Amino acid sequence: MSWFEKLLPSRIRTDGTKSKHTVPEGLWSKCPVCQTVLYRAEIDRNLHVCPKCSHHMRIRARQRLEAFLDPSPRTEIGAELSPVDRLKFRDSKKYKDRLAQAQKATGEKDGLIVMRGYLHGLPLVACAFDFEFMAGSMGSVVGERFVRGVNTAIDHHIPFVCFSASGGARMQEALFSLMQMAKTSAALNRLNQKGLPFISVLTDPTTGGVSASLAMLGDINVAEPNALIGFAGPRVIEQTVRETLPEGFQRSEFLLKHGVVDMIIDRREMRQRLVSLLAMMTRQPSPLVALLPDQSGQDTPPTDYAPDTERDSE
Amino acid sequence: MNLNFLDFEQPIAELEAKIEELRYVSKENINITDELAQLRLKSEELTRGIFSSLTAWQISQLARHPQRPYLLDYIERIFTEFEELHGDRAFGDDPAIVGGMARFDGQPVMVIGQQKGRDTKEKLARNFGMPKPEGYRKALRLMKMAERFKLPIMTFIDTPGAYPGVDAEERGQSEAIARNLYEMASLKTPIIATIIGEGGSGGALAIGMGDRVAMLEYSTYSVISPEGCASILWKSASKAPEAAEAMNMTSHRLKELDLIDVVVPEPLGGAHRDIELMADNLGRMLRTNLADLTKLSVSELLDQRYQRFMSFGQFEELS
Repeated sequence: MSWFEKLLPSRIRTDGTKSKHTVPEGLWSKCPVCQTVLYRAEIDRNLHVCPKCSHHMRIRARQRLEAFLDPSPRTEIGAELSPVDRLKFRDSKKYKDRLAQAQKATGEKDGLIVMRGYLHGLPLVACAFDFEFMAGSMGSVVGERFVRGVNTAIDHHIPFVCFSASGGARMQEALFSLMQMAKTSAALNRLNQKGLPFISVLTDPTTGGVSASLAMLGDINVAEPNALIGFAGPRVIEQTVRETLPEGFQRSEFLLKHGVVDMIIDRREMRQRLVSLLAMMTRQPSPLVALLPDQSGQDTPPTDYAPDTERDSE
Repeated sequence: MNLNFLDFEQPIAELEAKIEELRYVSKENINITDELAQLRLKSEELTRGIFSSLTAWQISQLARHPQRPYLLDYIERIFTEFEELHGDRAFGDDPAIVGGMARFDGQPVMVIGQQKGRDTKEKLARNFGMPKPEGYRKALRLMKMAERFKLPIMTFIDTPGAYPGVDAEERGQSEAIARNLYEMASLKTPIIATIIGEGGSGGALAIGMGDRVAMLEYSTYSVISPEGCASILWKSASKAPEAAEAMNMTSHRLKELDLIDVVVPEPLGGAHRDIELMADNLGRMLRTNLADLTKLSVSELLDQRYQRFMSFGQFEELS
């Protein structure tokens, strides 16, 4: 700190250069598990999965959908919706200010992105929670966008896929937030009545109200490796039972063992595995035939989506 | 009578103690009937005054009052021939949720709700009204049965929340709650949900997806407990009174916001002061709403229920 900065009273002084993020916005980044220093572009290319240890880092909603869906055509659903603060909620900060801050930091209006598009040519609606936006909490906009996504799937008679990553209900929207559990679950019931498949992909972390509603309601529930998934957060449970929780408690492998999810899928294989499942569920010819690498080359998966990376690294 | 006065009721408690004292004296042949009557009037006025401007935090204390009537207290007063049904047919029976068939004005209905315990032993047995997955699955089994036999469903909510424990997680607490929300959205029979005490989050909503949702006047309904909200957003559980206020968790406020349909008035001083009157008010509300709902065809009923859920939200839409 320079002598001039020291003269400034502390409330004026800003430490703008010091970012609170553990991942610096530089060229290099460290895998939080194996500590390998990785080139950021490489992490992006590898869908935020560590090429060394296959640790699945969190990925932003828009980036996930862009990597998951075919490049075009894609239409975003519900982008015109933005949150309001009818309750004038205020804790240590105003909800209005928290929203403005989150919107500025993420470049998104709220924490769920919904798109209609294609997966290896198969039409569908996909949505993803953005954990960076107020911990992916479910407020009214998240609920309404989700429902509009489901309704679009119903209108076009196509499947629906959701990638969840959420701490649960958005407390600042109080009971409005709780009611989004009712709203999204009721919409999924309609989707089911139309005979359309819903695949729920639970990613790190999915807890609370999102886990206890839409995320558990897949015809098929999929988890990403080692994701934290549960109703109550581990700290709350520890306080209730007053004992240390076992290793691996509430992780994907634990849920698979207890019959809560159908399977665990590596993010780099997500496109291929989900299109295969969805094609079977909609009784269509296998898309995998067209995806075989030794074919003429026209229908091979995009190269930036590297399904074989895990096997290579082992 | 020991009424177990709350902090904010202390002035009433003092006056009531005085009345008791005088009554004792009056037995010794001194005629003070007039004074007694006057004091009683004063106590009533005082109660009316205090209860006319309760804070959200005071109401949440009333909702958890140790003498507040629980589900079984209402069942014995409002229903006849209650036959309790047990178990989820897969794992076990959860005493935190009570359910069964009964008659309401002679008409068979399905009654389901959380039950808290009165003394320590019963509190533990009922797990403080915090259901586990098998509780929600029992509730769903009974609701499906009600649909099959065309019985209206009446649910009564009184829980701090679903149980946050290791065994509950292992058996899929999230899935159990989610499944109920999903199934209740399309059950082909009328559902009236009433919050009679604490409406704690997903654990409450899991039996609360009604065609009509009512709240007793001094009950609460919220996305998280005031203590939980305070410790997350204020980083201190002692800010619970502020959190209670901020969350708009009281009946009249939620009615204003159109998040619930009916507020059932409570006797002066709260439900525990006069259980008979409370049960009468509750019964009357159920009667009126059941009559309205039975007029609808199944498709009208389901359509209105769906529209009700879709209407929940606060957002703006830019064109």
